[in-house]
Amino acid sequence: MSIDLSQFFEVFFEESFEGLDAMEAELLNLRPGEEDSETINTIFRAAHSIKGGSGTFGFTSVSDFTHVLETLLDQIRDGRRKLTSEHINLLLQSVDCLRAMLSALQNQSEPDPTESQKLKAQFEAILGIESEAGGEEVLSEAEPDKLTFQIDFKPHAHLFKTGNEPLYMIGELAELGDLETQAFHDGIPPFDEFNAEDCYLAWRFFLTTTAPETAIHEVFEWVEDDADISVQLCGGLFEEFDDDLDKEIAATISSKDTPKSVETIEHEPAENITAQVKEEKAPSATAAAQPALSAKPSTSTPKTQDNTSTSIRVGIDKVDSLINMVGELVITQAMLSQLGEQDMTDSTISALQEGLAQLAHNTRDLQESVMRIRMLPISFVFSRFPRLVRDISQKLNKQVELKLLGEQTELDKTVMEKISDPMVHLVRNSLDHGIETPEQRIAAGKDPVGTLTLNAFHQGGNIVIEIMDDGQGLNTDKIKQKAIANGLINEDDELSSEEVNELIFRPGFSTADTVSDISGRGVGMDVVRRNIQALNGSVEVSSARGVGSTFTIRLPLTLAILDGQLVQVAEHTYIIPLISIVESLQIDVKKVSRVGKNLDVLRLRDEYIPILRLFDIFNHDGAIEELDKSLLVVVESDNQKVGLLVDDLLAQQQVVIKSLEANYKRVDGISGATILGDGRVSLIIDISGLVKLSGLRKPGSQELVLDPNLAEAIS
Amino acid sequence: MKKILAVDDSASMRQMVSFTLKKAGFDVTEAKDGSEALSLAKQQGYDAVISDVNMPVMDGITLIRELRALPSYKFTPLLMLTTESGLDKKSEGKAAGATGWIVKPFNPEQLLAVLKKVIR
Repeated sequence: MSIDLSQFFEVFFEESFEGLDAMEAELLNLRPGEEDSETINTIFRAAHSIKGGSGTFGFTSVSDFTHVLETLLDQIRDGRRKLTSEHINLLLQSVDCLRAMLSALQNQSEPDPTESQKLKAQFEAILGIESEAGGEEVLSEAEPDKLTFQIDFKPHAHLFKTGNEPLYMIGELAELGDLETQAFHDGIPPFDEFNAEDCYLAWRFFLTTTAPETAIHEVFEWVEDDADISVQLCGGLFEEFDDDLDKEIAATISSKDTPKSVETIEHEPAENITAQVKEEKAPSATAAAQPALSAKPSTSTPKTQDNTSTSIRVGIDKVDSLINMVGELVITQAMLSQLGEQDMTDSTISALQEGLAQLAHNTRDLQESVMRIRMLPISFVFSRFPRLVRDISQKLNKQVELKLLGEQTELDKTVMEKISDPMVHLVRNSLDHGIETPEQRIAAGKDPVGTLTLNAFHQGGNIVIEIMDDGQGLNTDKIKQKAIANGLINEDDELSSEEVNELIFRPGFSTADTVSDISGRGVGMDVVRRNIQALNGSVEVSSARGVGSTFTIRLPLTLAILDGQLVQVAEHTYIIPLISIVESLQIDVKKVSRVGKNLDVLRLRDEYIPILRLFDIFNHDGAIEELDKSLLVVVESDNQKVGLLVDDLLAQQQVVIKSLEANYKRVDGISGATILGDGRVSLIIDISGLVKLSGLRKPGSQELVLDPNLAEAIS
Repeated sequence: MKKILAVDDSASMRQMVSFTLKKAGFDVTEAKDGSEALSLAKQQGYDAVISDVNMPVMDGITLIRELRALPSYKFTPLLMLTTESGLDKKSEGKAAGATGWIVKPFNPEQLLAVLKKVIR
C-alpha cells in the first residue's frame, strides 16, 4: 500500500509553526534557576512533535536538527542539566532557524544548512557529542546465505496480558522464510489448576531464511522480557542436531522428559498455526521497511510559484451563526418569491416592503457574520513582541517588562498583516529612545525596570492600538531645534507641544544623535504614518517629559467594507469615506476668498478651508459650477481640512471595496471602486491622494500650499 | 471491522496514522490526548490502541496504565509511539502494560507491518 504523505504536509507545517510559537513564548518566560517543569515540558513536547513529524514526513534536515534540541531539553527536564541563559538564547535562535527551515520546505525548497549546522555544533558542544562527520556506516552488501535457525520460544504465563499474541509472531516468522513449527503443550496443568488467562504453550521453530538473525529478534522484540527466547544457528533442518543443545533447550522448555512431549505438528498443529503460516511465505517485510521515497518533497526542482495558500482557523460559533443567517435569508427569499407570484394589491405591496426590510436586515447580519470570519484576535501580532522586546532590550542593556492588554480584541486578518511592521517600528523606538537605561532610571527615581505596554481595544467602528512606555518622553526642545535646523519650522514659530510632537512624523526627521543598530536609520516615523494611513488609519503621539510616551494607532476594523457617503458630481456618483467627513454645508459665498491663481478658500469659523472642485479634478462636464448652488463636504486628512465641492449629497451606505489596482490600474485620487445597487461602478475618493493630485500640497510634504500668513492677509 | 483508537496530540501525525489504518480497512477513532482517549475507550471497546507518549493533559504511559487496569482492556494490544531517543520510555511503557512500541519516525508501511504483530 502506498500512501502519499504530502497530503499531511500542510497540517504538519501549520502545527509546527504553532509549536514554534509556543516554544518561543515559553522560552521567553523562562528564568534560569526558577524554571518550572511544566514549562520545560511544553517546550520539550513542541520540539518532540516537530521532530517526530518531520522524521515521518521525510524532512530529515529538520528532524536531525531538532534531535539535538530535544536531547538538551530532555536532560534539563530530567534534571540532569541546569538551565542557563545560554541555553535559552541558543534555543531561541533554534526556533528562528527551524522557522526558516520549515518555511523553505513549505515552499518546496531545501533549507539552507549554514545556520542549522552552526547551531547544531553549539548544541553538540554543550552536550559533549562528537559531530558525526562520516554519516551512517555502510553495511556490507555481501550476498546473504540461506541459514537455518533454531528458535525456542517459551512465553511466560502472563504473556496474553501484555496484549501480545504468539500466533501473530509465528506468522511473522513464517514471512521470513521456510518455517517448521513444533508446539510443546506439556506445560498445560491439570484441568482444575487451569487458568484460562495464562499461556501454557511453548514452541520450537526451525527457520530457513536469508534474513539476518536480527530480523528474528525483531519478531520477539516486544516480548523479550515476557518469554524465554533463544535463537541458535544450526546447519540445516534436523541435520546437525546437537544432542547436548537439544537437552539444554528441552530443559528450558519443559522440566519433563522431552521425547514424549515434543510432537511434530507440521500438518495438524494446535490452532492450525502452520497451515496459516505456510500460506504467507512471501517475505514482504523487508520491502515494507523501506522508507517511502516518493513521499519526500522533490528537492531538485523547487517550485518558483508561491503556493502559500493560507488558511485561518474559525471558531465553530462563527460558522454556526453563518448557517443561522443563511437559514433566515432562505426563509425571507421564499416569502418574497411567494409574494412575487401574487397579484399586486395594497396589502401585498406592504407585505413586500416588509419582506424587503427583512431582507436588508438579513443581509446586514450575514455580512457582519462573514466579516467576523476574517477577524482574528490581535494576539497574533502581539505574540511576536515578547521576543522582540527581549532581544532589543538585551542588546541595549535595558530592563524592560512588556505588558500586553486586550489581546483578544479582534481585527481583520488583512489589516493585521499590515499593521505589524509599523508596530515593530514604534516598539523599537520606545525601547531605544523612550525607556532609559537602569542607571538613568534609578537616577530619575524610577524603577530600574521600564514598562512597555501594548493595548488594543475597540472604539466605535475602529480598533485602537496603544504603544505606551514609561520612559523619558519626547524631548520637545531637541525636536524643535532639529526641526529648525532642518528648515521644517522657523525659529520664532510658536508651537504647542502637540504640534512639536507631530514633527517627528515628518519625512527625514530623526532625533537620534547616533545611528544605532536599532533605530535612527532614516526609515522614520513618516513611513510608519504613511503605512498606517494606507490602511485608512491614523497615528498620533502624546508625551510627557520624564513620564513616558503613548503612540495611538486607530484603524478601521476591516479593509473590505467602508461606510461611505455617496455624492453626485455631474452625472457621476462618487463615494467619500464617512470616517473622514467633518461636516457638509452650503457655501456662504461672502466667506470665500481667492488665494493665488485659482484656489478658493472658505472661512469657516476660524479656519480656512481650501475648496477642491471635484468636477474640475475629474474633468466632468455638466456639473454645477456656482459655489452657492453646490454643496461643500469638509473632510479631514493628515490633520488638514479641505472642502470637496459636490452637486448633491446622496445616501450613506456601506460599500464593498473592490481593488482598482487589481482590476484596472492605480488611479491617483481614487482608493478603490464599488458596485452600486443599480449595477453602476462608483469610485471611492482617496482624500489624501486627491489633495496631492490637486497640487494643493507642497511636494514631499504633508503641508498644504495654503500658508497661514497668506490666509491672515485675506481676512 | 477491527476498531482502533489512535491517540496523538499532533494533528498531522494523528491524520497520517488514521488515514493509513483506514486505508488498510480498520475503523479508526482519533483522540488528541490520553484523557480524551480514556473516556472514549470507556464508552466502547477497541481492538487496539495506538498512542503517542508525550502528550499534554494525560501522557501515553498513564493512558496505558489506566486502560490495562480496565477489565475490558486486559488483553487488548496497546501500542505506544515513541522516538528512538525516548527508548528508555519503552521499559516504562512495558511496565505500565504496553504490548509494544512503534519507533518514530515511521512511514505508513512500517506502521502496518508492525501492527500485524498484534492484530489481524
